[in-house]
Amino acid sequence: MKTVNIMIVGVGGQGSLLASKLLGHLLVKEGYDVKVSEVHGMSQRGGSVVTYVRFGDKVYSPLVSEGEADYIISFEKLEAARHLPMLKIGGQIIVNTQQIDPMPVITGAAEYPQDVLDEIKAKGVKVDAVDALSLAIEAGSVKAVNIVLIGRLSNYFDFDKQLWLQAIEETVAPKFAQMNKKAFLLGRGEK
Amino acid sequence: MKKLLIGNAALARGLYEAGVKVVSSYPGTPSTEITEFAAKYDEIYCEWAPNEKVATEVAFGASLGGARSACAMKHVGLNVAADPLFTLSYTGVRGGMVICVADDPAMHSSQNEQDSRHYAISAKVPMLEPADSSEAYSFAKAAFDISEKFDTPVMIRTCTRIAHCQSIVDIGERAERDLIPYEKQPAKYIMMPGYAKKKHPIVEERTKALTEFAENCEFNKVFFAENSDMGIVTSGTCYQYVKEVFGDSISVFKIGMINPMPIQALKDFANKVKRLIVVEELDPVIETHLRNIGLKPEGKSLFSNIGEFSQADIKKVLLDKSEENINTDTAIPNRPPVMCPGCPHRGIYYVLAKMKLTVLGDIGCYTLGATPPLNALDSTLCMGASVSGIHGFNKARGEDSQKNTVCVIGDSTFMHSGMTGLVNIAYNASNSVVIILDNSITGMTGHQQNPTTGYNIKGDPAAKVNLEELCHSLGINRVRVVDPYDLASCESAVKEELAADEPSVIISRRPCMLLKYVKAKPALKVDADKCRSCKSCMRLGCPAISIKDGKAVIDATQCAGCAVCKQLCKFDAIKEGV
Ligand SMILES: Cc1ncc(C[n+]2csc(CCOP(=O)(O)OP(=O)(O)O)c2C)c(N)n1
Repeated sequence: MKTVNIMIVGVGGQGSLLASKLLGHLLVKEGYDVKVSEVHGMSQRGGSVVTYVRFGDKVYSPLVSEGEADYIISFEKLEAARHLPMLKIGGQIIVNTQQIDPMPVITGAAEYPQDVLDEIKAKGVKVDAVDALSLAIEAGSVKAVNIVLIGRLSNYFDFDKQLWLQAIEETVAPKFAQMNKKAFLLGRGEK
Repeated sequence: MKKLLIGNAALARGLYEAGVKVVSSYPGTPSTEITEFAAKYDEIYCEWAPNEKVATEVAFGASLGGARSACAMKHVGLNVAADPLFTLSYTGVRGGMVICVADDPAMHSSQNEQDSRHYAISAKVPMLEPADSSEAYSFAKAAFDISEKFDTPVMIRTCTRIAHCQSIVDIGERAERDLIPYEKQPAKYIMMPGYAKKKHPIVEERTKALTEFAENCEFNKVFFAENSDMGIVTSGTCYQYVKEVFGDSISVFKIGMINPMPIQALKDFANKVKRLIVVEELDPVIETHLRNIGLKPEGKSLFSNIGEFSQADIKKVLLDKSEENINTDTAIPNRPPVMCPGCPHRGIYYVLAKMKLTVLGDIGCYTLGATPPLNALDSTLCMGASVSGIHGFNKARGEDSQKNTVCVIGDSTFMHSGMTGLVNIAYNASNSVVIILDNSITGMTGHQQNPTTGYNIKGDPAAKVNLEELCHSLGINRVRVVDPYDLASCESAVKEELAADEPSVIISRRPCMLLKYVKAKPALKVDADKCRSCKSCMRLGCPAISIKDGKAVIDATQCAGCAVCKQLCKFDAIKEGV
């Protein structure tokens, strides 16, 4: 099989590490070769963060380069636009419609491009936009945005729903398992 | 058992299985998790040392005491540890000793992009370079055998894309090891000239023996493709990019032991390929070796010595191909890292910026005070350089600068290398004002304990350095503590200390907002009717405050209730939450 390239992008502190951990866990159990590239350090302080997840029969590089991402899961609108050049032609964007102003916008040095998702769609890019923050709140915590989006992503893969739920159970702290499972199902469009 | 591990966790597992007894390190991205993971194994004694020199010397002591030991640091940490490193090369080891060093090409979280491979070469110490987590694990184990067999410390070099990338590792069990009995060996361990002179030739002989070993050691792997047009010599993460692009279609010499490199094996490889290419990030270390042994590779004539690579770079340079992609027409504003809402550093920086002081800075979360809108820093060089630097600055510029210059340094950084600079200020009498930003944690690298926090790496209570008393003992008479959430008292403290005619230390004390025991207060609220859109609050650069429809608004999900913004509002529009 061809290696599948997933990018998880967002704002430092939004919980992309857990999303990649969960994905990695599930993919290894399914017998794939997997590489996950995380970010630690400076950019975790509210900066733009990128995580790569690659899986297939044999994966060499841990990185995804421009034009290679099959999926971009974006935890924030602007970040989807920032990483658009990474998307493969015909690739899929899954984006949380939440807006988090970066410092240059806050200080007035730059403007937040409000219509940027429409612009991306107008270019023929497949965009699956979801209000993950509301769904996370519905599930019980603003922190579950990451799992809501994983739920959304799960629609694009053939893995059995149970596998995903089990992966959640095996990667999150027991006391948050129920809430995260709910977030996952909401993201997936189920109750 | 197969596990998906980041390189750092895999390395820690390797240390564990090799029977390591002592690990001492100082945090630094991307090396930090090596020690954090090692600390999870009860069989290993693990600690955060105050700096990398201490850590390396602790590992040396443990080796001298007959145990297998290790230390870990980032590339710039190795500069600090260079002094013990170079002479450790002479003493050699008793228990095997491994020095893990993580480089950061592309400077994801660093102040420079130096290439640690040079250290191994100039200290004449073997260096291994794993290419994924599985190798990080197996090389860590094997490194101890080399260390003991060749009587030398061994370095393991990783980079961000090894340290922080997860790949599959097949782990095993720990082999417990008895301490090697202690024996006094002055000629081996006392490096004064008489003994050291006898040691140097032994080091040179060792390098010869290691070069011999490198000719067909397990760490270097050669693959010959059917087609002999191109042969690539590479190592570490670059190997993965090369394989990603070419698979098995070209010949590859993968170097796992970067120092010393083999001679004959590389010549043989070169003879079998038409075009010899080196793919390596940063400096031409492999390329220089190939030239030194008479080969004519292409390397930096094709590839940059700046930043990190990816498969796209290899494809572009060697195949002149790139993937199609799409871009937005709209400009996308940057999203630089920022100080968190409620960060205790923000208040004091606001005061320094308001007073238009010259501020010599240091390294930590507080370096972010350099960014807009605070723009509060004038310099950042390396850990500790703020305290030593202000002394030089004031000596050079005299009276005038002393009245409007301060320096800032974090608690961990002060313990690391700020203290000696402070002694110098006291001893050589410069009228300098040193501000210690004490947030009770090593923040930037992800919350490690340090000697000022009162806890050790395991989170158990430990001796706590009393910064006030320490500064007094180092010779500073004027030492005072301020709360950075209280802008008025910060300002008067800074004014008074700048006016004083002797050196002083101001400790700006408030624990990091992200610490578990720190509870955020209810979010503040803006009374839109009272807000006159003066934007005074925006001068703080708090991510929780923005302007919507001309009025300030505070994002309740982000606000930590520090109320620093409230102190700036002349119209009483910002209300404390309930
Ligand atoms: C020689 C060296 N070792 C390690 C680092 C990595 N590093 C950068 S800042 C820092 C510590 C910051 O802690 P502190 O001074 O307490 O400031 P805070 O981040 O908490 O504000 C470390 C370990 C470095 N840059 N240089």
